[in-house]
Amino acid sequence: MTNASENGFVVFDRVQKSYDGETLVVKDLNLSVGRGEFLTMLGPSGSGKTTCLMMLAGFETATHGDILLGGKPINNIPPHKRGIGMVFQNYALFPHMTIAENLSFPLEVRKIGKSEREEKVTRALGMVQMETFGGRRPAQLSGGQQQRVALARALVFEPELVLMDEPLGALDKQLREHMQFEITNLAHELGITTVYVTHDQTEALTMSDNVAVFDDGRIQQLAAPDKLYEEPENSFVAQFIGENNTMLGTIQSVENGVAVVQLDSGDLIDTKPINVSKPGERTRVSIRPERVEFNKDRLHADAHTLKAEVVEFIYMGDIFRTKLKVAGLDDFIIKTRNAPDQRRLQPGEMIEIGWMPEDCRALDA
Amino acid sequence: MSDASTSMSDASTAGPMLAADGTPLKRSLRKALRREKMRALMLIAPLLFFILLTFIAPIADMLFRSVENQIVSNTLPRTVIALDDWDGQEEPGEKVYQALYFDLFVAAEAKEHTKLGTRLNYEETGISSLFRTTGRRSDDIGEAYQDVFEDVDPRFKEAGFWYDMMTAGGGEPDTALMSERLGTMNRLIADLASGDIGFAPAAEISALLPKTAEAYTDFAIFTALADGDVVAEEDPWEAVYAALGVDLANAETRDAVQVYEGPGADALRAAAAAADQLPAGGFKSAFLDVDEDWASQGVWETIKTYSASYTPGYFLNSVDLELSADGISPRDEDQQIYILLFKRTIFMSLTIMFSCILLGYPIAWLLANLPVRTSNLLLILVLLPFWTSLLVRTSAWKVLLQQQGVINDILVWSGIVDDANRLVMINNQFGTIVAMTHILLPFMILPLYSVMQTIPPSYLRAAKSLGATNWTAFWRVYFPQSVPGIGAGSILVFILSIGYYITPELVGGTTGTFISNRIAYHISSSLNWGLAAALGSILLAAVLILYWAYDKIVGIDNVKLG
Amino acid sequence: MRRMTTLLATSALAVTASATFAQEMADSMTLVSWGGAYQASQRNAYAEPYKEMHPGLEVVWDESSNEAVAKLRAMNEAGNVTWDLVDVVASDAMRLCDEGLAMEYDPDELLAPAPDGTPASEDFGDLIVSDCFIPQIVYSTTFGYRTDMVGDTPPDDICDVFDLEAYPGKRSLEKRPINNMEWALLCSGVAKEDIYDVLETEEGQNQAFAKLDTIKDQVIWWSAGADTPQLLADGEVVMGSTYNGRLFSVIEEQDQPVAMLWDAQVFDLDGWIIPAGLPADRLARVKDFVKFATDTQRLADQAAYISYGPARQSSAPLVGEHAELGIDMAPHMPTDPDNAQNTFLYNYEWWADYRDDLDAKFQAWLAKG
Repeated sequence: MTNASENGFVVFDRVQKSYDGETLVVKDLNLSVGRGEFLTMLGPSGSGKTTCLMMLAGFETATHGDILLGGKPINNIPPHKRGIGMVFQNYALFPHMTIAENLSFPLEVRKIGKSEREEKVTRALGMVQMETFGGRRPAQLSGGQQQRVALARALVFEPELVLMDEPLGALDKQLREHMQFEITNLAHELGITTVYVTHDQTEALTMSDNVAVFDDGRIQQLAAPDKLYEEPENSFVAQFIGENNTMLGTIQSVENGVAVVQLDSGDLIDTKPINVSKPGERTRVSIRPERVEFNKDRLHADAHTLKAEVVEFIYMGDIFRTKLKVAGLDDFIIKTRNAPDQRRLQPGEMIEIGWMPEDCRALDA
Repeated sequence: MSDASTSMSDASTAGPMLAADGTPLKRSLRKALRREKMRALMLIAPLLFFILLTFIAPIADMLFRSVENQIVSNTLPRTVIALDDWDGQEEPGEKVYQALYFDLFVAAEAKEHTKLGTRLNYEETGISSLFRTTGRRSDDIGEAYQDVFEDVDPRFKEAGFWYDMMTAGGGEPDTALMSERLGTMNRLIADLASGDIGFAPAAEISALLPKTAEAYTDFAIFTALADGDVVAEEDPWEAVYAALGVDLANAETRDAVQVYEGPGADALRAAAAAADQLPAGGFKSAFLDVDEDWASQGVWETIKTYSASYTPGYFLNSVDLELSADGISPRDEDQQIYILLFKRTIFMSLTIMFSCILLGYPIAWLLANLPVRTSNLLLILVLLPFWTSLLVRTSAWKVLLQQQGVINDILVWSGIVDDANRLVMINNQFGTIVAMTHILLPFMILPLYSVMQTIPPSYLRAAKSLGATNWTAFWRVYFPQSVPGIGAGSILVFILSIGYYITPELVGGTTGTFISNRIAYHISSSLNWGLAAALGSILLAAVLILYWAYDKIVGIDNVKLG
Repeated sequence: MRRMTTLLATSALAVTASATFAQEMADSMTLVSWGGAYQASQRNAYAEPYKEMHPGLEVVWDESSNEAVAKLRAMNEAGNVTWDLVDVVASDAMRLCDEGLAMEYDPDELLAPAPDGTPASEDFGDLIVSDCFIPQIVYSTTFGYRTDMVGDTPPDDICDVFDLEAYPGKRSLEKRPINNMEWALLCSGVAKEDIYDVLETEEGQNQAFAKLDTIKDQVIWWSAGADTPQLLADGEVVMGSTYNGRLFSVIEEQDQPVAMLWDAQVFDLDGWIIPAGLPADRLARVKDFVKFATDTQRLADQAAYISYGPARQSSAPLVGEHAELGIDMAPHMPTDPDNAQNTFLYNYEWWADYRDDLDAKFQAWLAKG
């Protein structure tokens, strides 16, 4: 799936990790992060993403394989010599030190002179708009402010690589969105390579250059956010990223890049074959709710359509969300834009739905 | 809506805010809060009462005892007054000995004189037996007078005759004398019964024979209230005869007796006529006959110095000073011990505290960082000593540390130590420090452990990721956060060890004992509770001062038990 | 259920008792003693036979004698004395009497005469050292030594304790001036009859301390009677002072290589006191018990369990064999003529005066290591 390229800045080369010697938490991981890239590791809890981050930081050792930083293996380098900035889930600001002392700490242990230290601390605090808080203690700051300080502390010694372990998890929604924006801006401005771990897909999609979706100790797909959303390569990614309607069926024929699938209810639909190839194969088809059409004018004349009954209509302001009963499923969702000419479906109404074959992806079952 | 807004504006213009019922808001808030406070107080009332009774009251009692000294003025009230005029240069005059006789006689009857002897013996060696022997022979002094009067008129032997004479056959009673003597007697005898005495001295007779009336009143009060007997049926004390002798030694009294007409007037006239047969030399020579120490200036100085109701004497003794007639002076060098013991107690408690930190810190760290199953097992091992008797633990150290003990045997067997030069590890400071460190270690580990548990491992990781070595990460980041635990543990261990006495007594020998051993000795052996209380008060003050100093230096809010 | 029957039995007894005796007696009694073998000997010799005569009587034992004076004082201050009879050493009895905490009694009224009719006051003689003290046993504080650590010439003189050349090794002495000061003076050349006169003077005290100084760094100081027997058994000391009964059990019952040094043993007395101010029914009970427990036969019986001499002259001929070991007890008594060749009686009056003063000096001397 990934091309472990030799010239990546951070490279995982066939890395495996086991805690108990019986099960692998990370299975054969290959990953390359380019210099200046913002990479997010996304996945449900227990998928191995945090373990990968900890191995990179040096708090866990790889059971097998190499981790390279700037081309050099770092397996045997202790964490404090790796020079990697890190932002922790709960910030881990030292409670007995002031904000300025917290920021000064990494500079002190690097034996940097006092005046230079002060200058760097001021600059780092300036980066996160916290100049006036140097004398306070962490407990006197709000969550968002602590978050900024943690970020400033991870950046103050000018590392080339910064790791962030769900840094926004403890913030409320509004603040989180604001910080997402600030972090990406800062990372790009400073040209730092960032590896970011989260289980929040919105965060992953909005912030990253590339997203690695983790599941079961493997990277399921590594791609840019738009590609990940629109072209999921397997059904896990399709279901994990964004909203999706999925239906099970069997391939009938594959012709001209269009696969006809017979659903378990007997209906036929048009799909784009992704990782299916021959008739008779079981498949899980996936269609985004916003790509479903019920206006016949907008469909191919020969497109397969399905009969559907409207179960529920939900008004959501910018969009309408309609729940349908289709082919034996009663939670088929379609989304339509709230436009002046848009029809509002009534519950009980019978309609016909269809889609462009390239929007419906036939994936592994 | 409009109503609300008008009342709001009313309130803001017309002064205080009002509650819905029109009372000022502040007052009704206070009322509501008071009710809540009362309810809260009711809930904790049993505990509060318990604490007051078992904790505050004993401390107050201890503080009081350390200065209380009413025993001297209660037991020898007349002597104390008579001594006011004594210049302290030579032995006091007859007046003082006379006062002492009547005081001591009553005290001996009430068996209070030996208590006073014990008390004063703390200050001047020998007073204990002086009071005991004198009390035993106080009858003899009065008997000399009694014999003379009974020879003059045999009616002086009769209880009824005395009763009639002292009441003047039912004359006007002298209530002032009665209540004065009753007050004195109540101060002397703590649990004196109350009730009808069945006697009141006649005003006529107390004017005529003041000493006799006083002595007979004492006798009457004691007979009725302490012994529960009928005054008119009991033979008066020897002291009453002596008092009569004192009265009749006065020429004016002898003249007045000649014109007295009350009951027994003729017997009194006969007695007055025989005044020259009464013992010569007075009470002073009688006391010197009993014990020549009564001529000793030291005895009298001690009584005078300690005659006040409250004394700094115990506190002075606690710091190796003494109160003498010339003021405050250091005690003899060969009796100075308390300053040394206070210093040693503080020094050894600090040593024990630091060894507990040294040993307890790594253990607490392990407890906080090992997997739960292992750390629970370790925690049980830490708590195990709590479930073992203190004596057993201390005796175990004896077995280990003594010269023929396990450790010495191993050292000799392995050739590290020569058999002739076995190490002395017990009955000295080392033994005390080892045994007490062991006993108090859990008190250090537990607060440390509970504080360390609250320090997330991410701090250490953060420090390392920021470039700190393991040591720097520990020292700059972990250690400062565990300081509250060290503070709590240290205060616990220090305060506990300062008051320990069983272990030092068993393994401390002569150089490893604490001030608390002396306190225990004065409580249970010498019974010098005043001195014990003073030593205890000083110890309490020392702890409070150290606590205050700790608060100033480290800050008490920096102490956490978890 | 069991409790119920006891209750019934005791109340029935109380009824008969009140009918039989002029004065009603309490049906329970709290005795205070020292615990251990000594208390057991009292239980066997006095309490059990008495209970057989008075079924239903409840006897409670309290092992608080070593702090009896302080506790009685505290009880008295609190106005609730729960003890009926307290076993104390004579000096404590004196202090309790001085403090008014113990009841004064008339020996001939309270105590039974000897079988030949000698009144109790004569039978006990001058062992009644205080008006409150009911003598029970004569014991002595003396030395024991390890037979395997003294070579071919076992010590036979008290001054061997101070002879580090002939008998090297540690000694254990009690951590208080009493007895130690007397022995020290005795061994620095003061005649036995002059000891207390000399000890009264500053020079005499210094002389005693100087003698003790010669062995000070070889002394382990004990404060509990069990210490010396244990130290001897462990071989920690070559000789040590303690109560003779304790040494008896080390030698005869535990069979340790220890022997007695009877020279200059210090006689002391132990006995009962009745707390002052007991209610009439409890006082009647305790008087009845004391009359029984201090009669000639009972005091002699106690010697079958422990090697302390009975305080009555008339009991001495009745002392027999040890109840379990079956050995003749007379040679183990401190009062046995062979053992009592050189003894002296502890001077209670003198120590009552000098105790506070000398103790302060003694402790200061000890602490200055």
